[in-house]
Amino acid sequence: MAELELKNLYDDFRDGETIKAYAKIIATDAKKLEKSINIMEVCGGHTHTIMKFGLPQLLPDNINFIHGPGCPVCIMPKERIDHAYVLAMQEDVILVTLGDMIKVPGSNGSLQDARAKGADVRFVYSPMECLKIASENPTKKVVFFAIGFETTTPMTAVLVDQVIKQKVPNILFHINHVTVPEVMVELIDSRDEHVDAYNNRIDAFLGPSHVSVIAGSKIYEKFPKEYGRPVVVTGFEPVDMMQGISMIVKQFVEERTELEIQYKRVVNYEGNLTAQALIEKYFEKISLFRWRGLGNVPDSGLKLRDEFAEYNAEIVYKDILPIAEIEDHKLCICGDILRGMAKPKECTIFGTACKPTSPIGSCMVSSEGACSAYYKYGNLI
Amino acid sequence: MTKTITLAHGNGGEENNELITKIFYKHFKNDILEKSEDSALIEDEKLVMSTDSFTVSPLFFNGGDIGKLAVCGTCNDLAMMGAKPKYLTCSVIIEEGFSTRELEKIVRSMKQELEINGAVVVSGDTKVVPKGAVDKLFINTTGIGEVKQSGISASALKEGMSILVSRDIGSHGATIFSAREGIELESNLETDCASLYPQIQALIDAKIDIVALRDATRGGVSAVLNEWAKASNLCVEVEEEAIPVQEEVRGICEMLGFEAVDLANEGTYLLAVAKEDEARALEVLQRTHKSSAVIATVSKEYEGRVILKSSWGTKRFLDLPTGELLPRIC
Repeated sequence: MAELELKNLYDDFRDGETIKAYAKIIATDAKKLEKSINIMEVCGGHTHTIMKFGLPQLLPDNINFIHGPGCPVCIMPKERIDHAYVLAMQEDVILVTLGDMIKVPGSNGSLQDARAKGADVRFVYSPMECLKIASENPTKKVVFFAIGFETTTPMTAVLVDQVIKQKVPNILFHINHVTVPEVMVELIDSRDEHVDAYNNRIDAFLGPSHVSVIAGSKIYEKFPKEYGRPVVVTGFEPVDMMQGISMIVKQFVEERTELEIQYKRVVNYEGNLTAQALIEKYFEKISLFRWRGLGNVPDSGLKLRDEFAEYNAEIVYKDILPIAEIEDHKLCICGDILRGMAKPKECTIFGTACKPTSPIGSCMVSSEGACSAYYKYGNLI
Repeated sequence: MTKTITLAHGNGGEENNELITKIFYKHFKNDILEKSEDSALIEDEKLVMSTDSFTVSPLFFNGGDIGKLAVCGTCNDLAMMGAKPKYLTCSVIIEEGFSTRELEKIVRSMKQELEINGAVVVSGDTKVVPKGAVDKLFINTTGIGEVKQSGISASALKEGMSILVSRDIGSHGATIFSAREGIELESNLETDCASLYPQIQALIDAKIDIVALRDATRGGVSAVLNEWAKASNLCVEVEEEAIPVQEEVRGICEMLGFEAVDLANEGTYLLAVAKEDEARALEVLQRTHKSSAVIATVSKEYEGRVILKSSWGTKRFLDLPTGELLPRIC
C-alpha cells in the first residue's frame, strides 16, 4: 500500500471544480424552495471554513447560515477563566491548557497577561505533555485546564487514566468539557423562562463531525425525530461543507427530515466506543453548566466523578477560586446571535467597544466566533 | 495599550505596531524614523542603516542557527532598500554557564554569512548576565549598507503592477514551531534563512526596475502585503493558488490551524514590478528558487486592503496576523 500523505487528507476536498459543481446543484435545488432556510453550523470549525473559503458567496440568497456556539473558548464564562487565572498566579502551579484559551480575557485579564506577570502558563497540543512537564517539575503542581467538546474529552480522560495508573502525584484537573446535543436542544427548545427559544430561526443543523467521530452520529437522532430539524453530520473541508449543505437543501425539497452523514470517511452511527467508555469511567454530567452568551444549559457539562476528587483542582483549590457568576456587558447580544435572531452588525458595540483584540462578548473571543469572523471579513461575507 | 507588555506585542502584527507607534515613535519622532522602512536612508540617501535583535529558541535548528539569523536579518533589511551590506556591529548578551563551543559555532556561522554578503563586523560588545537573566544568548546586529538602487518604496506601487514572491513561504516559522517544546512533530523541514543581497544584486544587474521590496519576516507574507496596501492606499489582489507552499509546511499549517501566509520567513521576499517587467523578474528569481512565483496584482478594488481570491471564485480579506500564533484546539 502506498504511504498516505497528509495532503491526501485535504487536497481533493478543496478542488475548485467540485466546489463549483456543488454550488450549481444547490442553486438549482434552492429554486424549488418555498421559503428561505437557515442552517446552523454548530461547530466553530465549520464557521471557520465558511469564512476562510468564502462559501456564502457561492450560495443563493435563500440559504443562510446561523453561526453556532461550538467554539470551546468562546463559550467559557468569565468566572471560569478567572479560575484559570487565579490558579496560574499560584507560586507552585504550572497551568497547562490548549491553544487559544490563553488569549481569552477574564475579569483580571487573560492567561497571557498572567504569564506576562510571571505566572507559569503553558499551552500544549496534546494533554499528554502534562506527564512530561510534571516529571520535570516535581516540586510544582501541574493543573491541566481542560476545555473542549466531545472531541477533546477523550484526550483528557486518557491523561486522567495515566495519572492514576502511574500514580503521578502532581497533576490536577480543572474540567470544562461540554457536550453538543444539550446546547443544540437549548437553542431550539429552551426551558429557561428568560429565553424565548421559540423565536429561534434555526431550520436545520450541520452536525459537528469530529464530535461524532467520538460520540457517533446517534447523538443527533432526536433532532429530526423530536424537533423536526434535519441534521447532516458534515466534514470540515469546503467540498464536504458544500455537499453537506446540498444534502440539507435536498431534504427540504423532498420534504424529508432525517439524520444523514456526509462525513462517512470517519463518522459512523456508534462512534468510538473505547473513548466513550473511558469518558464514562472518569466523568459524569453536571446538572447545569453556564455557557457564555447562553446562560445555564442543563446537563451540558462534565466533571470528574466524585471518587477522583483528589485530582479535581476545583475541589483542591476551592478556597481560593472565585464563585460569583460574571455576566457579559448588557449591550452584548451574543445570545441572540447564537439563536440566529440577530446578526453581529445589529449589535451596538460591534466593532467599536467590542473587537477581536478587546472582546466583550463570546462571539468576538476567538477566530471561530461569528462576530470575530464578521469583523475580519466584513463586507466580503 | 494594555498595562503590561505581552508576547502578542512582539508578533510583527497589529499589537506590535501599536507598541511601536504609541511608545517609541511618540518619543523618538523624526522624519527618517517615521518613514518606517526596513532600514533608514541616511546621508542624502546614499547609505542605509538598520538594527535587529535576535532571540530564538532553540538556538540551533534545521538549516541554521541564531548566528546565521543575526547576520542575515540585518543584512537583508539593508538589501531590501536596494543596498549592499558593508559594515556591521555585533553585540551579544550571554547567560552565565553557556557553552563556549556552542558560542564559537554560532560566531563561525556569522562569519560565513558575512562573507556571502561581502560585509565585515567593525565593532562589537559582549555582556555576561547571571543565569535566568536571558535565555542562553541574545544577539543584536546593526548594519550600514551602500545604496545601489534608490527609490524603492511601497508608496511607489501603482495600479496594474505585479507582485512576486522569491520562493515557497513559511518554512522558517514551521521549522521553529515544530522544533518547539510541547509540539512533538518530526519533520525534515529546513528554515529558509539566507542572505538575500546576492539575489537583489542579480535583479539590479538584470536592470529590473524594482518598485517595492520587502522580506517577509515576522508576520509573514500577509504583514508585508498589508503594509504595501496601506502605504499605497491600493488593493493587493492575491491568487491563493499561486502562492508557493511546500507540502510539509502546508501539512503543519493544516494540523495546527495556521496559515502559511502568517508564518515568519528569514530568506523570502516580496518584489513589486511593473507588469512589463514581470516575466524578466520571474526569470531572475527562478535562477535561485524554482518555486518563486507571481502571486498578486495591484488594483483599486478595496483601497488599503489585501484580498485573497480562490480558484472557485470567492474572495476574502487577508488581514495582519493578530496575537501570538497558537495551535488550534481540535
